[in-house]
Amino acid sequence: MKKSIAGLIGALALLTLVGCAGNTADTSGKIAGKITVITQRTDIVDTVFKQYAADFKKVYPDVDVTFEAIADYESQIKIRMSTKDYGDVLLLPTSVPIADLPSFFEPLGDLGDLSKQYVGLEERSVGGKVYGLPLAVNYSGVVYNKKVFADAGVKTIPKTPDEFIAALKAVKAKTKAIPLYTNYAAGWTLTQWEAPLTTVAGSVDYVNVKQVASDDNFVPGQPHYELYKVLYDVAKEGLIEKDPTTTDWEQSKADLAHGKIATMVLGCWAINQIKALTTTPDDIGFLPFPTKAEKVIVPLADDYLQGINVNSKNKAAARAWLDWFTNKSDYANVQSGGMSAVVGAELPAILKDYKALGVEFALQTPAIAGQEGWVDLIDKEAQIGLWQPDFKKRIVEAAIGNKKESYDDIMKDLNKAWVAARAKITAKK
Amino acid sequence: MSLLTRMSYKKQKQLVIALFLFVPLTLLLTFSFLPVLTMIGYSFTSWNGYSKTVPFVGLDNYITLFTKPEYFSVFGVSLYYFVGSFVQMGLALWFAVILSQSLRFRNFFKGTLFFPYLLNGVAVGFIFLFFFKPDGTLDTVLRALGLGDAVQYWLKDPNIINVSLTGASIWRYIGFNFILFLGVISSISSDIYEAADLDGANKWQQFRYIIWPSILQVIQLNLILAVSGSISVFETPYVMTGGSNGSNTFVIQTVDVAFKYNKLGLASAMAVVLMVIVLIVTRVQQLWLKKRT
Repeated sequence: MKKSIAGLIGALALLTLVGCAGNTADTSGKIAGKITVITQRTDIVDTVFKQYAADFKKVYPDVDVTFEAIADYESQIKIRMSTKDYGDVLLLPTSVPIADLPSFFEPLGDLGDLSKQYVGLEERSVGGKVYGLPLAVNYSGVVYNKKVFADAGVKTIPKTPDEFIAALKAVKAKTKAIPLYTNYAAGWTLTQWEAPLTTVAGSVDYVNVKQVASDDNFVPGQPHYELYKVLYDVAKEGLIEKDPTTTDWEQSKADLAHGKIATMVLGCWAINQIKALTTTPDDIGFLPFPTKAEKVIVPLADDYLQGINVNSKNKAAARAWLDWFTNKSDYANVQSGGMSAVVGAELPAILKDYKALGVEFALQTPAIAGQEGWVDLIDKEAQIGLWQPDFKKRIVEAAIGNKKESYDDIMKDLNKAWVAARAKITAKK
Repeated sequence: MSLLTRMSYKKQKQLVIALFLFVPLTLLLTFSFLPVLTMIGYSFTSWNGYSKTVPFVGLDNYITLFTKPEYFSVFGVSLYYFVGSFVQMGLALWFAVILSQSLRFRNFFKGTLFFPYLLNGVAVGFIFLFFFKPDGTLDTVLRALGLGDAVQYWLKDPNIINVSLTGASIWRYIGFNFILFLGVISSISSDIYEAADLDGANKWQQFRYIIWPSILQVIQLNLILAVSGSISVFETPYVMTGGSNGSNTFVIQTVDVAFKYNKLGLASAMAVVLMVIVLIVTRVQQLWLKKRT
């Protein structure tokens, strides 16, 4: 209530973002020297990553790897990237516009060549060059507690939104568990809802190809409308936590593990974290997001991409680490709970059962040449925030009666913003 | 040294003043004025925060801002904090008057009141999240006092959320007002009170005719800080709710535009507009107060 400190902070933040540096010469030859690897995994940087460094050293004895873990990766790295000092190996921040990647990251090779070795490179390549390799390939949907479902008498796996909501109602009626925990307060957790869009659309083309060609992104019957209708209906029916505004993310993981929460919409990376909190890890399962589509497709999407600082003084060693990490470490399977980006990698065990049920796991089609990054550009221009919590929070608020607007009002609003921004972006190109 | 002694006293004084001023002025220029100037510059561009190219767009950002009233609708939330700031000043003054008298444990109470101001704002946010949770601290205390009926969804109810957040904000900043008031009140010579006592003045009269005139200036200062503070509320709601559920403020909105939607240019324009609003309001207030006194 005092002093306009915020204004000063804002001004400072803007100042620190001033321009960035050019290239420095590469030193080639023997692979040796020191490199700094920046990671977002504060939880395992002193344990698992230490082990990785030791294993790496066996192959490259002359390279010393040090780690730096950043908790709030996206916003911290953004500020550091205005200098030259942002480590040797780091993750490509998703907030950096794709077209700007070449000014910060070293090209790793041609897309055509590298695609033979790795999957998931298309989305963030610029001009046929690759700037990062995925840490892992992940899938998203609903993480649930099997025991709670069994106690509630839910025997078949819910496939459609109606079946899903019926299952949640059974959970509410027959158990003490919270049917679906939104994790509203943490915010970023709500962005996880955007990931299964492909499942709702029932087509791998929707996200990057059809969506940018459509002016009807948020109208009834379209994937976005149907996807968030589930959130709205669940909240409206009182199938969520008592007070969404005071949710606690760390606690929610333990509660799901111990059967106090039945379901949460999350990525696969959360599964191992939740399993680690219980003595009965087999109770934790994965459900594809409910969909009306004929075929259930669970999208496989890149985790963060790992790239090399264009200003790095030791690019050879950085590249050695990058290749080793992607090909040899168990990060993708064990730490991320997904699968490796190396071509031909096996599906995780938890998904194998679904393959038998006819569920398909597929990478999303990349954008048409010349339209790369359009979804992101339109989204930012429209201030919709597909990967921001804002409109998801609005939906929850409307559903629990805190706002007067209806679900359709919100969707109409979003669609209006989408249409205007799309017209602006497509006209520019 | 000899150079110094050869200077006239006046010269020496000027030199010392200049040297002493050098450090704070450099800090002020580097960390206040320079960023503000750069920010004003950015407000005429559509820079996204990353690109090497900074496209100049003239007044576009300001036009966008002033043609969309929803950007300014959030100022309604500031009213809660504005009203809250009077409660805050009243309480601070009350405690300052009481604790300026000789009282048992008075230093302990002073410390207790000032302590929240020293706490990190993020920590305060988390403390109050726990405090306002259903079945959290506040509910437990209310039930223990037999006031179970008064229990509310402190943050979920959109009619209460801003009151709750204002409460947290009052708790956090009351120490600052308190210490300002206490400082001035303590500087009043005890002779004056003694004389008043001899003349038979009661406590209220002492307050009205001794304390009140002496603290008038501090009240004015606090008032200006309170108003500009409530226009630019940020920390408490940002940490606790992220501006959701109807607790959004102009500064949170600005931060979102800049860092969620990569519109550094537009956000700079919003920051400039906020700065201008604060300057105008402060000026008006100063003029008004000058007229009154």
